[in-house]
Amino acid sequence: MTAATDAVPVTAPAHPLVQSLRDSLVVAKRNLIRMSRLPDMIIFGLIQPIMFVVLFSYVFGGSMNIGGSTSSSVYREFLMAGIFAQTVTFSTAGAGAGIADDMHKGLIDRFRSLPMARGAVLTGRTLADSVQTALTLFVLALVALLVGWRTHTSFGEVLAAFGLLLLLGYAFTWVGALIGLSVRTPEAATSGGLIWLFPVTFISNAFVDSSRMTPWLQHVADWNPFSATVQACRELFGNPGVSTSDAWPMQHPVWASLIYSVLIVAIFRTLAVRKYRSASV
Amino acid sequence: MPGAIHAEGLVKTFGEVRALDGVDLDVPEGTVLGLLGPNGAGKTTTVRCLTTLLRPDSGKAVVAGIDVLKNPDAVRRSIGLSGQFAAVDEYLTGRENLQMVGQLYQMRAKAAKARAEELLEQFDLTDAADRPTKTYSGGMRRRLDLAAALVVSPPVMFMDEPTTGLDPRNRQLLWDVIKRLVSGGTTLLLTTQYLEEADHLAHDIVVVDHGHVIAQGTSDQLKARTGGERVEVVVHEREHIRTASEVLRGFGKGETTVEEHMRKLTVPVTGGAKLLAEVIRELDTRGIEIDDIGLRRPTLDDVFLSLTGHVAEARDNDTEKEAAK
Repeated sequence: MTAATDAVPVTAPAHPLVQSLRDSLVVAKRNLIRMSRLPDMIIFGLIQPIMFVVLFSYVFGGSMNIGGSTSSSVYREFLMAGIFAQTVTFSTAGAGAGIADDMHKGLIDRFRSLPMARGAVLTGRTLADSVQTALTLFVLALVALLVGWRTHTSFGEVLAAFGLLLLLGYAFTWVGALIGLSVRTPEAATSGGLIWLFPVTFISNAFVDSSRMTPWLQHVADWNPFSATVQACRELFGNPGVSTSDAWPMQHPVWASLIYSVLIVAIFRTLAVRKYRSASV
Repeated sequence: MPGAIHAEGLVKTFGEVRALDGVDLDVPEGTVLGLLGPNGAGKTTTVRCLTTLLRPDSGKAVVAGIDVLKNPDAVRRSIGLSGQFAAVDEYLTGRENLQMVGQLYQMRAKAAKARAEELLEQFDLTDAADRPTKTYSGGMRRRLDLAAALVVSPPVMFMDEPTTGLDPRNRQLLWDVIKRLVSGGTTLLLTTQYLEEADHLAHDIVVVDHGHVIAQGTSDQLKARTGGERVEVVVHEREHIRTASEVLRGFGKGETTVEEHMRKLTVPVTGGAKLLAEVIRELDTRGIEIDDIGLRRPTLDDVFLSLTGHVAEARDNDTEKEAAK
């Protein structure tokens, strides 16, 4: 019987890292093809943040005090970093629902029975979600420019800000992956993936000046990983409303944002891959 | 020498439920084992343990000469799995699905592409190759799922209820594929609820219930265990039932049962075809016109009923699948 295994026409086992990368890209390609055949998902994914941009700018615009100014154009520039960051976190729900759907339909069983790298199903999914997030950010930035958002820094700094946003989104897809593997239905993954995002994105500096919150809430907001990315973006865009809080993440937002995102990936990737493997051999 | 699929004392519990309670199996290379049992008996759990999807609590499993628990990745390279739910991506085309699976079996992109082409041809899916599988019929999806399991022509195949829910034409189509596979030397473990299917395809049959193996052997052996042959006669005229009954009493080894409305008489016999000829001759001599006569042997359904105390098609459909999650 052992001879039979040699007859299987597969390439010699590659280095585990090479195999992992290759398998992840195969799965990412699969998910990108899927997304391209579900354009309505992408369109709804865009409508929501665009609606937020318009609603927040025009409804809240005149009544917010940002750095002593209540001008609605100042608020609009302040707001965009927050909306961008909030938008990338919503990739969590997509990743979670997608993975739960694969579980539900038996596709995960097929993948588990294949001689592929163990983390590749999840890594491929999160990579594909990042591509979608990048696309969403691009369209959203255009809309933001239309309603009057401007950057006042170098091109490199603006790019760096978008890089941090993508990294935050990538980190959050791993949280989504864990949720998707832990629930029984895609529907549960969608709602479970969204609920916790509301406190995370609202108890932050994204939509209001956190220095005007009650002290304990301000404390939470200042140390919120999400706030660090928002603050970093405001700095890198040269937008108004940069927090002057003494909290370390507010003083060193770029570093804080990087560290938080990498930590989230490290923790949730480990947990998700373990969950994926659990029960199987 | 252990067979291509070999399991010893597999135990798996889900909370309170002992899904597998010491299952032993052995499938010699190049043969088909039919794993039969009602829903919740442990068929799917057995397959999941043997295909590395589930770690048994205890026991031993060797597939294609490789220890499943010690070297699962090598096992995955040597097996193909076709599940109960056609596990293909519904938004990918048939071709894309097969290419993806090929690449995940570590084939080069080019080789995976060529192999996909071959399989599409073989499974009569060439016309639908570039349509998302969402548009496929149930039978087409099942064929694609089976094709995906055959991408690397694995020496050992597992099929979990491959024809459940298929129409007769598609079932026949899958049966033909399976027979071709086995004649090519593939070892196959097949679970099914259709006794006819096991009768048709399997060399050996294992019946499980409540996580135990309750019977095993060839289909003939299992039938012999349940009871011998019977002669069944359907007479043309209702008034001939009495006379026919007298004739049968002379040949029978037990009581004759009569179904009046069907004009059908059944009697247990020994002596096979030779005896059948005598019965026909005797009935003819007495001038009894018959619509149908035959030597009947117990069906696997009879076997199943006598072994498990209930019929094959069980009710609570999803307990095992739920538990397997």
